[in-house]
Amino acid sequence: MADLSVKICGVTLNNPLIAASGTFGFGHEYGELYPLSTLGGISCKGITLLPRLGNPPPRIAEGKDGILNSVGLQNPGVDHFINDDLPWLMRQNTAVIANIAGNTVEEYCQMAERLDDSGVDMIEMNISCPNVKHGGVAFGTSCESVGNITKQVRAHCKKPLIVKLSPNVSDIAEIAKSAEAQGADAVSLINTLTGMRIDIETARPILRNNTGGMSGPAVFPVAVRMVWQVKNAVSIPVIGMGGISSWQDAAEMLIAGADALQIGTVLFNDPYAPIKICKGLNDFLDKKGYKSVSELTATIKPW
Amino acid sequence: MKKYDVHMLELVEKSEIAKNIFDFKLKNAQIAKITEPGQFLHIAVPGMVLRRPISVCDVTDDCIRIVFRIKGDGTRRLSEAKKGDMLDVLGPLGNGFDIEKGKTYAFVGGGIGVPPMLYSAKRAEKAYAVLGFANKDAAILCGDFKEAGCELFIATEDGSFGVRGFVTEPLENIIDRVDGVCACGPIPMLKAVAELCRKNGKPCQVSLEERMGCGIGACLVCACKTHGENGDEYKHVCKNGPVFNAEEVAWNG
Ligand SMILES: Cc1cc2nc3c(=O)[nH]c(=O)nc-3n(C[C@H](O)[C@H](O)[C@H](O)COP(=O)(O)OP(=O)(O)OC[C@H]3O[C@@H](n4cnc5c(N)ncnc54)[C@H](O)[C@@H]3O)c2cc1C
Ligand SMILES: Cc1cc2nc3c(=O)[nH]c(=O)nc-3n(C[C@H](O)[C@H](O)[C@H](O)COP(=O)(O)O)c2cc1C
Ligand code: FES
Repeated sequence: MADLSVKICGVTLNNPLIAASGTFGFGHEYGELYPLSTLGGISCKGITLLPRLGNPPPRIAEGKDGILNSVGLQNPGVDHFINDDLPWLMRQNTAVIANIAGNTVEEYCQMAERLDDSGVDMIEMNISCPNVKHGGVAFGTSCESVGNITKQVRAHCKKPLIVKLSPNVSDIAEIAKSAEAQGADAVSLINTLTGMRIDIETARPILRNNTGGMSGPAVFPVAVRMVWQVKNAVSIPVIGMGGISSWQDAAEMLIAGADALQIGTVLFNDPYAPIKICKGLNDFLDKKGYKSVSELTATIKPW
Repeated sequence: MKKYDVHMLELVEKSEIAKNIFDFKLKNAQIAKITEPGQFLHIAVPGMVLRRPISVCDVTDDCIRIVFRIKGDGTRRLSEAKKGDMLDVLGPLGNGFDIEKGKTYAFVGGGIGVPPMLYSAKRAEKAYAVLGFANKDAAILCGDFKEAGCELFIATEDGSFGVRGFVTEPLENIIDRVDGVCACGPIPMLKAVAELCRKNGKPCQVSLEERMGCGIGACLVCACKTHGENGDEYKHVCKNGPVFNAEEVAWNG
């Protein structure tokens, strides 16, 4: 039995698998299937300062090996999260990560401040949501704006701050460096890639929002490349995600440079994926003679 | 026993009951025992990222029956499953129809919206089945509803079977005799049925469809606009539905 636990920014996770924001709600539904301590952590549905209705349906479309979503951050707001969702989550023996999104830098700061006094273990700042009109991905696409927002939010929170990066940029390593330079404790990547599907009979986009964020196995190679580039550029922990659907993918992402992982879309097909991935990883580590999963991180031998 | 779980169901009987419409009998006592009328199964199709939601048509002993129409790749691949194959099913999911003891209901189905009404109709003390199809060749399950003891009314668009026209016509003739109406079918049909019920002061439950991800209420993709206490909001077909009270639904959302 290898040691699957990992330590990220001072927080110990049961194992490297964190449920990706937006795919796991606030945990209740998957909690009907298995104890949430099966996971290393839960990155909660993206929350905003005030409740948000989200976008009109259809909000999901399928592509070969991937999906597009345009949920648009439907959520009950930060206060509801802290008062009604968090107390239960804190009893589940898994790390709780609040994922925040705002229309303005001030909104991010206000949320960070409120969450700083709550029981969440970490804050993941989502500056990469492609599905909202204001803010969202716009904060995450230039080094200057990433540096600026990281600096300001940092000043409002003492909890570990993860900056979630968008893949819809030309140089993700530079962006990661800006986040690190302004005080981020970790970076997570990748959020979804902007995409689109069209019904050829009606010439209408499938998504009511026209475009959406792509995730699932199809984005995996892009995610591996970006995690590798970012790991080479920063010394803070890197949380890797994007299309992980098997223990082999998980191992590959760790080897590329991830210190911990998030999984999302795979859960829709196989809700039990976390259990299978952990078992597969453990067997692999044993076979390779590693004592701890962290020993696998960044073992890539690039040409 | 978990409310829902991943179960393996054996395909024990399979037939094509109308062109491109398949009837599957799936065996697994565990899930059959807890499945309620109007619930659905989220079925994994090999090679596809998303599961496909299909309603429960009937439950007998240790088997669940589903009836589905080929729409695209997913349902086509599902239709190619062979007798003896095991299907990977997440379920049973959603809230079904609320059928009260001792009451009389009309079960209204349009096209591929007919199957979920069968098991529901069996639950009612007295049931009228009002079924609508494009034409005679597309008609399905009429014998099953008769066998279940329903008084049957059929409407087809071209008049090739039953009366010519829409389900609302036969429904209007019997609506005085029922305590409530349950309906599943295309949105224009559901809207018309809901309006007829409203005019006649009869409670109406409708089963809705929306594209799904998780199927259990976690990902929020299967949104349906409803009238809430604080204005309109998005509820979720997989968890809050698929059955909703018609008055709650914001039809133009
Ligand atoms: C609660 C519920 C119960 C259903 N019950 C039945 C049933 O008993 N019999 C039956 O024939 N059909 C039923 N449907 C519709 C069925 O789910 C779709 O026809 C099917 O998902 C289409 O998949 P596809 O790959 O063949 O089509 P494609 O159009 O290629 O599918 C592409 C994507 O869109 C989704 N999608 C397409 N149409 C629908 C739709 N109408 N509803 C939801 N998702 C859709 C698919 O799941 C897939 O993710 C039900 C839908 C819901 C939501
Ligand atoms: C339905 C859905 C909703 C999502 N919502 C959010 C969100 O609220 N905040 C966020 O940071 N990422 C969100 N994401 C992105 C995921 O957290 C993750 O970055 C992405 O899906 C890639 O991982 P995967 O391929 O394993 O799903 C969402 C993804 C999906 C599929
Ligand atoms: S499909 Fe995920 S919430 Fe309904």
